[in-house]
Amino acid sequence: MSAPAAAPLLTTPLNALHIELGARMVPFAGYSMPVQYPAGLMAEHLHTREKAGLFDVSHMGQLRLVGPDAAAAFESLMPVDVIDLPVGKQRYGLLLNDEGGIIDDLMFFRVAQDELFVIVNGACKVGDIAHIQARIGQRCQVVPLPDHALLALQGPQAATALARLAPGVEKLVFMTGGNFQIAGCDCFVTRSGYTGEDGFEISVPAAQADTLARALLAQPEVKPIGLGARNSLRLEAGLCLYGNDIDTTTTPVEAALNWAMQKVRRTGGARAGGFPGADKVLAQLDNPASVARKRVGLVALERVPVREHTELQSEGGQKIGEVTSGLLGPSFDKPIALAYVDAQHAAIGTRVNAIVRGKAVPMEVCATPFVPTRYYRG
Amino acid sequence: MTIKYSKDHEWINAADANAAVVGITLHAQDALGDVVFVDLPAVGTTFAQGDVAGVVESVKAAADVYMPVSGEVVEVNEALRADPSLANSDPLGAGWFFKVKLSEPAQLDGLMDETAYSSFSASA
Repeated sequence: MSAPAAAPLLTTPLNALHIELGARMVPFAGYSMPVQYPAGLMAEHLHTREKAGLFDVSHMGQLRLVGPDAAAAFESLMPVDVIDLPVGKQRYGLLLNDEGGIIDDLMFFRVAQDELFVIVNGACKVGDIAHIQARIGQRCQVVPLPDHALLALQGPQAATALARLAPGVEKLVFMTGGNFQIAGCDCFVTRSGYTGEDGFEISVPAAQADTLARALLAQPEVKPIGLGARNSLRLEAGLCLYGNDIDTTTTPVEAALNWAMQKVRRTGGARAGGFPGADKVLAQLDNPASVARKRVGLVALERVPVREHTELQSEGGQKIGEVTSGLLGPSFDKPIALAYVDAQHAAIGTRVNAIVRGKAVPMEVCATPFVPTRYYRG
Repeated sequence: MTIKYSKDHEWINAADANAAVVGITLHAQDALGDVVFVDLPAVGTTFAQGDVAGVVESVKAAADVYMPVSGEVVEVNEALRADPSLANSDPLGAGWFFKVKLSEPAQLDGLMDETAYSSFSASA
């Protein structure tokens, strides 16, 4: 198969290790990334839910925002409370455009009163950094960290495995972090992830990434996990994938991400509004009945996978929405999906039909996560 | 009678021209990964060569199953429907998809033999 001419793929600092481990490499976000190792997606998914999986997510964008005004400046880009986030804590954020659409979702960590560490999606990072630089580059230093790799260690035995190499790391609770020496590598660790399991994300200088990854893989609990299982794990956890479930055409309210918008930024809050698209987003929060469509979770009542872009119809045969992510959940053991549906069909328990190859597959709106999350809250 | 292969990565064993066995190749199941679902045609349906006759899905992808030759479906593998992982564990045996009564047996001559398919799938 001859590939169309395109920009050459970038590689992560773990590329040689992936190939040595027998990974199947695919293009993703401009990088050559491991989609699965010889164990296969299913085994990798189940291993992560049972023990601990190591993911290379070095394609993601890492940056620092530095200066006394950094938190206030960053807060002006998001419907999120940045200013009051205590030092040492991490939070989920959303960059919005002036129409209230989502430019990207991200995680940010308060390193110090005057410093934030931010992780954004790989496919969005160039645009995000340009956006951040253009909007707040006068108010703080925007420092990309392209010389850093990012590893995720996820699963119920992640803390046991990591604490063997970095005693004390087990004391971190969900959405906190700190600096640790791990196998001689200078790591910044947060207790967070994208699988619904307990786990860690570890930022490390690119030159030390291979050493760190091999030290982690040497732990008996740990196996390498590809992007395929990363996707099935995050979907079972009910987490959005940027580009599928959220994008510039969806607002945080339509995306059912209200939990990410703290009261202080909403109507009546001490720092209400003042972010791009605030008029639209606050109006939707103030008047939920005005929101025409909503992101929901769906479970199929037959064992037929329902994939992204599948049309959804009411039981009366009217088009009411579309699936944005869907697969047979390896742990849930049923077909699951995230979808946007007309608001009157968004209530838990509502029956809808997915039209798969011309046939109606019955599905039911259900609460997410599909698989209970197991974050460590101390 | 030997097994023939299509460019769409199906195999067909036409030892019995009234019930030639069709499945997906070792290469196809490997590319798909863990198979979790198959959609099989209705017995009695007639297809032309190249028609979509079924679907095979893994967690990460769905792929159409094409008719390697024209004919009528005379039997489908209910065991595969119940346990789609047979397509991974025994793609050339217990993981067969359906049997077809050939309407144009000469089409077999246009399919690849094992040697030709090996080099075809290695370069695909």
